[in-house]
Amino acid sequence: MGQYVIRRFLGFIPVLFTIALFTFVLMRAIPGGPFDSIGDKSLPPAVTANLEAKYHLDWPMWKQFLSYLVGDDILGEEGSSRGVIRGDLGPSLRYRSQSVNDIVATTFPTSAQLGLLSVILALLIGIPAGIIAALKQNTWLDYTATFGAVFFLSIPNLVLAPILIWIFALTFGWLPVAGWGAKPPFVLFFFPQLSVLLSWDYWARAIMPVFALGTAAAASIMRLTRASLLQVIREDYIRTARAKGLRERAVVVVHALKNSLIPVVTILGPLFAALVTGTFVVEQIFGINGMGKHFVQSVGNRDYGVITGVTLLFGVILVFANLLVDITYALLDPRIRFD
Amino acid sequence: MAVADIGVSETLVRKPRSLFEEAWIRLLRNRVAVISGVFIIVLTLVAIFADFLAPFDYAEQDLLLTNAVPEWMLRFMPAGAERYATISDKFPLGADHLGRDVLSRAMYGARVSLSFAVVASVVSLVVGTIYGMISGFVGGRVDNLMMRVVDFLYAFPFLIVVILMQTYFKALERRGGTSFIFDINDRMGGLFFLFIAIGLIDWIGMARIARGQVLQYKRMEFVEAARAVGASSTRIMGKHLFPNILGPLVVAESLNIPGYIFTEAFLSFIGLGVNAPTPSWGIMISEAVPGLRSYPNQVLVPAIALSLTTLAFNFLGDGLRDALDPRLKQ
Repeated sequence: MGQYVIRRFLGFIPVLFTIALFTFVLMRAIPGGPFDSIGDKSLPPAVTANLEAKYHLDWPMWKQFLSYLVGDDILGEEGSSRGVIRGDLGPSLRYRSQSVNDIVATTFPTSAQLGLLSVILALLIGIPAGIIAALKQNTWLDYTATFGAVFFLSIPNLVLAPILIWIFALTFGWLPVAGWGAKPPFVLFFFPQLSVLLSWDYWARAIMPVFALGTAAAASIMRLTRASLLQVIREDYIRTARAKGLRERAVVVVHALKNSLIPVVTILGPLFAALVTGTFVVEQIFGINGMGKHFVQSVGNRDYGVITGVTLLFGVILVFANLLVDITYALLDPRIRFD
Repeated sequence: MAVADIGVSETLVRKPRSLFEEAWIRLLRNRVAVISGVFIIVLTLVAIFADFLAPFDYAEQDLLLTNAVPEWMLRFMPAGAERYATISDKFPLGADHLGRDVLSRAMYGARVSLSFAVVASVVSLVVGTIYGMISGFVGGRVDNLMMRVVDFLYAFPFLIVVILMQTYFKALERRGGTSFIFDINDRMGGLFFLFIAIGLIDWIGMARIARGQVLQYKRMEFVEAARAVGASSTRIMGKHLFPNILGPLVVAESLNIPGYIFTEAFLSFIGLGVNAPTPSWGIMISEAVPGLRSYPNQVLVPAIALSLTTLAFNFLGDGLRDALDPRLKQ
């Protein structure tokens, strides 16, 4: 197991390196420099040259990339870059008083809360619904749950979000239209403080974005739980358990459920990726000041510094999420061996 | 007894059906799948003949009637809408903030969604199948190398790569160029680069499935027999293996289609999809969300179109899977 994890880690290095190289080169190759104009005015060439020198844009591409990757001091050059490997994502070209790190530090906690709550919601709805549908197979409960799952899988979050706002905020006025209830300081990097967690305002603002983000995930978890439980319940050891005279509840909870949830873990990887891109949409629509919203804005602003930095960060998060999923998978099922 | 005998002999006399016919009959019995199929056909016709069916051109503006709402819709609008909204029956489902007909734009929007879905699935099916079949059929060191490439690509966060490439392509577009590619892309409203971005990456899942299928079939007797009579590798792959593995591949691909439609809507939503004024449901939603409080109709029309389309593709995909492989049905 340990060996497997180490090997996977080593496998990340070329992947992450390629993502970094790809992102960096692609963004630098974009025609037109970031300092071509400020607003509608174009800058005098001398100013542009100075700015470009400050951000090392006059260096050859390979040197710029190395500076971005490992930092200026290792290269033996004057400069402020400490390199991606030491967690410096570089400057924002749009908000020049902020670095990409500053932007991430202020926006990531919100996105993380949103994502975490959505995963919890998806599991809380998806697993029980899947169990009920499987146990009551071919009854109206099963049909409703299965149909509901396809229905919610088919509604993209960029449709669900405005419809939720329209119904619950604008028509009935039960929930606030936009915003996020928690602000810094945060506990343990991204958890809101206890007083915030206990306030209605936090949850009132969280309900709609979390639902918009989590329902599709809940639907796919439900479908997978149902299918997997139906398969497990036909296994011999379940028949044995029943033959021993165990109560049905014990058979399901102790014997069937544990094994049937194993495939559900595998979906968490792709699910996580979907959640990340979901935050781009949901944060934008709900006006939540998270990393996703910032990313979308930087695409519009052509803030290539933020695009590069945030993409890289998302890439790292997704790659590690996949590893975590694989490890959990192995821990849950002793039959799976990595070697 | 006699009755049963007649029944048996009748079924024996019946002309044997091919696997494909059986699947077709099973599909037709699935009512939801049939309705979905009809919906998709109608939608496709609307998309193709939008020039004749749509009441207005998608880019035609009536600046006097921006955000216009038709009379009949007032009942469904927020209270007090008659005081702030321009009421006009010129546009059947209202006009957007630039005075363009929402219905016509939604109809043209089907073009973008459907053509993206078709191109993305054809590219992924063709490239993925060829790649996967060669890898599985040749085997050995070639297979190892080809699958390493796939594994490597698999580790990439797919959508992020698409976003990056689209950012790059959009920037190229803005600069403009003399190359004929820009011309094509321009005529397609920016779809061409979207096709390239998705086509470069999207085939890997299909390649894995195709390889797995080939591995399953290539040791079977019919392949050996074909080889024994001197068929070339290309012929064995094309004539003997391909028809056998096509079913599962098509099913897997049809279940991907809603994902492609999402992707296009998402990219258009964040401004990396098609170019204005080409309408896409994603763009329509993102443009209308700021005015959601006053003009929900502008969001709801593309939203409903998008949801119904993905719903139909999901139901049809499920139906196809059940029809082609009834064992999977639970």
